[in-house]
Amino acid sequence: MSDNLIEIRDLSFAYRERLVLKGINLTARRGQVIAIMGISGGGKTTLLRLIGGALKATRGVLEVDGVDMATLDQEGLYQLRRRMGMLFQFGALFTDLSVFDNVAFPLREHTDLPEEMIRDLVLMKLNAVGLRGAADLMPSELSGGMARRVALARAIALEPRLILYDEPFAGLDPISLGVSGNLIRRLTDTLGVTSIVVTHDIQESLRMVDYVYFVSAGVIAAQGTPDELRASTEPFVHQFVHGEENGPVPFHYPAPPYADELELAT
Amino acid sequence: MQRATLDLWVGIFVVAGIAAILFLALKVGNMGSFDSASTYTVKASFENIGGLKVRAPIKSAGVVVGRVSNIGFDSKTYEATVSLKLDTRYKFPKDTSASIMTSGLLGEQYIALEAGGEEKMLSDGNTLKITQGAVVLENLIGQFLYNKSEGEAKPAAPR
Amino acid sequence: MNSLLDSLRGIGARVIDGIWRMGVATRFFLRTLLQSGQSFRRFHLIIREIFSAGVLSLIIILVSGLFVGMVLGLQGYETLQTYGSEEALGTLVALSLVRELGPVLAALLFASRAGSSITAEIGLMKATEQLAAMEMMAVDPIARVVAPRFWGAVISMPILAALFSAMGILGGYLVGVVLIGVDEGSFWSQMQAAVDFREDILNGVIKSLVFGVAVTAIALFEGYDAPPTAEGVSRATTRTVVTSSLAILGLDFILTAFMFRGV
Repeated sequence: MSDNLIEIRDLSFAYRERLVLKGINLTARRGQVIAIMGISGGGKTTLLRLIGGALKATRGVLEVDGVDMATLDQEGLYQLRRRMGMLFQFGALFTDLSVFDNVAFPLREHTDLPEEMIRDLVLMKLNAVGLRGAADLMPSELSGGMARRVALARAIALEPRLILYDEPFAGLDPISLGVSGNLIRRLTDTLGVTSIVVTHDIQESLRMVDYVYFVSAGVIAAQGTPDELRASTEPFVHQFVHGEENGPVPFHYPAPPYADELELAT
Repeated sequence: MQRATLDLWVGIFVVAGIAAILFLALKVGNMGSFDSASTYTVKASFENIGGLKVRAPIKSAGVVVGRVSNIGFDSKTYEATVSLKLDTRYKFPKDTSASIMTSGLLGEQYIALEAGGEEKMLSDGNTLKITQGAVVLENLIGQFLYNKSEGEAKPAAPR
Repeated sequence: MNSLLDSLRGIGARVIDGIWRMGVATRFFLRTLLQSGQSFRRFHLIIREIFSAGVLSLIIILVSGLFVGMVLGLQGYETLQTYGSEEALGTLVALSLVRELGPVLAALLFASRAGSSITAEIGLMKATEQLAAMEMMAVDPIARVVAPRFWGAVISMPILAALFSAMGILGGYLVGVVLIGVDEGSFWSQMQAAVDFREDILNGVIKSLVFGVAVTAIALFEGYDAPPTAEGVSRATTRTVVTSSLAILGLDFILTAFMFRGV
């Protein structure tokens, strides 16, 4: 078995005519937490959806757990997805099911386990995210952070090898944010899974991930361990890590010269 | 909602639906009376059937005893041939007479059977000999006017 | 000249768009039928949807049916009375309900009550990524979400239509016999003489089944196809009600032409 759970070589993706990703190379080893960072609209989420198989690459190789995604049909993709969990930005809990039933959902869909065993498994998963007491609540009764933790419990219900996180920190208060970050790290270590985190929360990410890829304008602009990135002098990384307004990523959307547009210079 | 409550409600719903269809079939429709019961068919020829239609009721003493199953035209006698589907529960003598009547002034037309006195009973395939066709309103009015003008002409003659 | 070309181009674009959408809808409908196996193996999925489409529509159907029947009784009596044939009231009420008003009105009410809620529910599930999440869990949303709703609603529709007709006839009876005093015996017997089980009642049930399929397919497709925004979902909901109402009335004309064309 290869040491790399995910291998991406020279991957390109075009949405209609627009090239969103150009020649991405990325690897994720088993047991690692990998962060994919970058500015909004830079292609991070597209990359995550490609890994999840929701989109098909235009060119290049994408292997997950030794399987080439390009060769999969619907059935094969569903087989592979049973070994994946995905946490959506706002949890995407099923609003008509209780917390318990949400976590039990993948178990009931994919296994024939007796109800008592499902109960035990669900309570274990909920305990792992600290929400065993909330089992009987409905999703509408949960805060944003709690909903995401329930969604995490649901994502790990089938003991996946790979967990994908789409913006797990967006819109969380500092306490929930810290809790979520620690949870991702702890679950990765205890379950031995690989985690891919798409985020732009740089401080939280640098605290807990093993390796970071910066995606900008469809290419990997920079990569490295958190320590390397903190020390990096590359202008883009520096701008991103320190949240500066101007740098390689300009504040202004491309526009004709200001003076021309206001017709000041005649 | 609890699974058991849900099942209960859906159960009530489905039973109510079946009850409604049964109500429509038995109380509103004619399911209870004929379609399932065994029948025998006799034929009758009429000079004129007026507005009689297939499925029109056949009544005897006001009770529905059958339905018209088919209406045809005999090109030899130039008469209408009507098939009458009768419930086997009701037996009629061979010399029963059939006449086409109208329920109410403008109501639908039906066939009235009047039992005769013969001992032998009608069976499948028999033909009713004595028939009386529909009364056509126009003819009736025409006759009335004719009689009237004749009636007016007569007193005038001696003068 | 240019504006003429533009308007022609606009018409062309609309037609192509419409045909394309119809193709997508047909494919969606066929996929739903193909993926229905699971819902029948796990019948409680369908039972849940019978509850939300059927049981929750009960009140509006029963009350409307009663009132429509009562109005029919009143109006019918007024008209029939001038010809002195009040006894035909039962026939009038029963035939109009069983053949037309029952299936059509029940389907229209169903479209606005259950159809719109199906569209809104599926549209919101899509907008909040619940369908995408399901797909990521290797569960086909068509099989798990769409197909049970389809069958639940299709099963509910004839039941609701039959209840509507039954309630309506009861309403006609209340007004005609109990209130006005039409002879009870002739009310029922004339009705029974005129209403045929196969010709009228069964055809009514077939109508309501067809309407149920049409309304549900439209509602599901609009929800599944809705842009994942608040505005998109609300527009899709409106479209469901409008499109399915038109579909019901159009289909009713076609079905009536085939079913009751003379004798």
